[in-house]
Amino acid sequence: MAKGTILIDEDRCKGCELCTTVCPFDLVHIANHFNAKGYRPSTLVDPEGKCTGCTLCARMCPDVAITVYREGG
Amino acid sequence: MAKILMKGNEAIAEAAIRAGCEAYFGYPITPQTELLEYMSRRMVELGRVFLQAESELSAINMVYGAACAGARVMTSTSSPGFSLMQEGISYIVCSEVPAVVINVMRGGPGLGNIQPSQGDYFQMTKGGGHGDYNVIVLAPATLQEAIDLTILAFDLADKYRSVATIIADGMIGQIMEPVELPEIEPPKRPEQPWALTGAKGREKNIITSLYLGGPNLEKVNLRLQETLEEIKANEVRYAEYMLEGAEIVVVAYGTAGRIAQTVVQEAREEGIPAGLFRPITMFPFPYDRLDEVAKSVEHLLVFELNAGQMLEDVRLATRDRLPIHFYGKMGGVVPSPAEVLAQIKKIASPQQGER
Amino acid sequence: MEKKAGFAKPEALTDALTHYCPGCTHGIIHRLIAEVIDELGIREITIGIAPVGCAVLAYNYFNLDFAEAAHGRAPAMATGLKRVQPDKVVFTYQGDGDLAAIGTAEIVHAASRGENITTIFINNAIYGMTGGQMAPTTLPGQVTTSTPFGRDVKLAGHPLRVAELIATTSGAAYVVRRMVTKPATIASAKKAIKLAFQAQRAELGFSLVEILSSCPTNWGLSPLEALEWVEENMASYYPLGDYKVIDEVKSLK
Repeated sequence: MAKGTILIDEDRCKGCELCTTVCPFDLVHIANHFNAKGYRPSTLVDPEGKCTGCTLCARMCPDVAITVYREGG
Repeated sequence: MAKILMKGNEAIAEAAIRAGCEAYFGYPITPQTELLEYMSRRMVELGRVFLQAESELSAINMVYGAACAGARVMTSTSSPGFSLMQEGISYIVCSEVPAVVINVMRGGPGLGNIQPSQGDYFQMTKGGGHGDYNVIVLAPATLQEAIDLTILAFDLADKYRSVATIIADGMIGQIMEPVELPEIEPPKRPEQPWALTGAKGREKNIITSLYLGGPNLEKVNLRLQETLEEIKANEVRYAEYMLEGAEIVVVAYGTAGRIAQTVVQEAREEGIPAGLFRPITMFPFPYDRLDEVAKSVEHLLVFELNAGQMLEDVRLATRDRLPIHFYGKMGGVVPSPAEVLAQIKKIASPQQGER
Repeated sequence: MEKKAGFAKPEALTDALTHYCPGCTHGIIHRLIAEVIDELGIREITIGIAPVGCAVLAYNYFNLDFAEAAHGRAPAMATGLKRVQPDKVVFTYQGDGDLAAIGTAEIVHAASRGENITTIFINNAIYGMTGGQMAPTTLPGQVTTSTPFGRDVKLAGHPLRVAELIATTSGAAYVVRRMVTKPATIASAKKAIKLAFQAQRAELGFSLVEILSSCPTNWGLSPLEALEWVEENMASYYPLGDYKVIDEVKSLK
């Protein structure tokens, strides 16, 4: 399984949650804190390193807040 | 250069072509349709852009688009169509892109009729659309002048990145006269770093008329007003005829100015010291020169094919320091020289004139 | 472990954060257009036209030459831009009020002329910018601020099906309807946008991609609920599909 991760630019995130329902491993959640704009940003919760970098969350994001990294590109 | 006989609308069209007009968008409306028809043939022959739009609204917005690309572009219409174009003209002016609009006026208001009229003077010279702006307004009285002013309109539009218009009427559009068509070198146009040509090797360009926030839009307005001040300082044009020793000066433009010239000549022949002041730029209006002229005359007679629209500018120019008479015909009625002469006679000898 | 970006902001978008409400699908569609422009390598020859409506400031978000049109007039403006520089790629981005109400004449005639431009049409069944009034595409019975009792078609008329209408024009080369509710539909929408731009590049005529979009704020729904509403209510009135794909476009695939 390819390894990946995502970087969420918290200050771009509007907390719309669209990214939270598409992760095959349910790794994207809404954080408990607020960002500079007053939204609760989404966050990657991936203690076991399950993220494959599939990009589905990023493709749902209306604000280009998610960058996806993959091992070996 | 040999003179050739041309119809007004066609002469304006050919002048535009010689001025390097690259694109024409229009919609048929009497009495300017021959202009569109002429363009439909010649522009295509020359490999330039001609398109008959679905409405005047579309035509002016096509002009707006082509102007954004930096093309020399124009449209032509007549009064009801000119009304429809006001939205686009307001946007074009605010966006500071150059365009030329020809209005061959007809009788109004409403659908009116297709006879010559000057009823759009207010609309053309005082803004016409929404917001604080004016467009350059050039008023030809002969076909030769229509040709020369059409060519000038393109240069002024370029120079001030704004809209330059020709205020003609059905008479100018429809009559035939011998004219000289100048051979023009390809126009030397100002650089257009603002044009939308694709963001290649440079930052992207944006052309908009939206400026959110009071201070932002105020800044744009101040710049537009500054441009208007430059236009007022540099571009005032007028013609004077038999002003020497004149006591009664007719103020008239376009077709009315043309009629007035005949009338003044006849008045002089009858010993009445009449003269003619004919504004050529209706915006910028020759306030200062008219004021100067008025200082040495007894009466002004404003003659227009409307209810008295330029009359207000004449009063503004002279601050009502002398008697200002008005003679106008509305609804597409064009008076004969004799009718206008009668007005002059009435001023010259009030007791003989009819009430 | 060295990692490479598998998904990042396209070059054809600026860094600007949009003014769109949370969960508004304008942002997704902007990104799709930008991705297509990047993939086709046409950023430096593409000119966009923004509408009046929520996307009025689209020019701030695309890293392209951009004009802002009068309400509904984007297709006319695009026509002018394209006719004087046919080597450029010109597209309009228009909402339902802009395209299907005040600008109906402009879009129909641009399509009918086979104007070689692309229109991305955002149908969210409401006027977003002015605060949720009835749009020409508002569904029967839908409550808006100007149909407080629900859209009564006897009073307010019927919704306009734009893709179907435009597909009847002879000048249209590619007319489809998509939505952007989940990764699969988003991928399909992107393919359509790409094909529309490719059709223009191949000078095949007018192309339009209608995209069912959400307006959580004015619908009074959460962004996720709003996407469900698109799928459940809009997609039945406005069926997804390919309404016109001329053979030359098919061969582009």
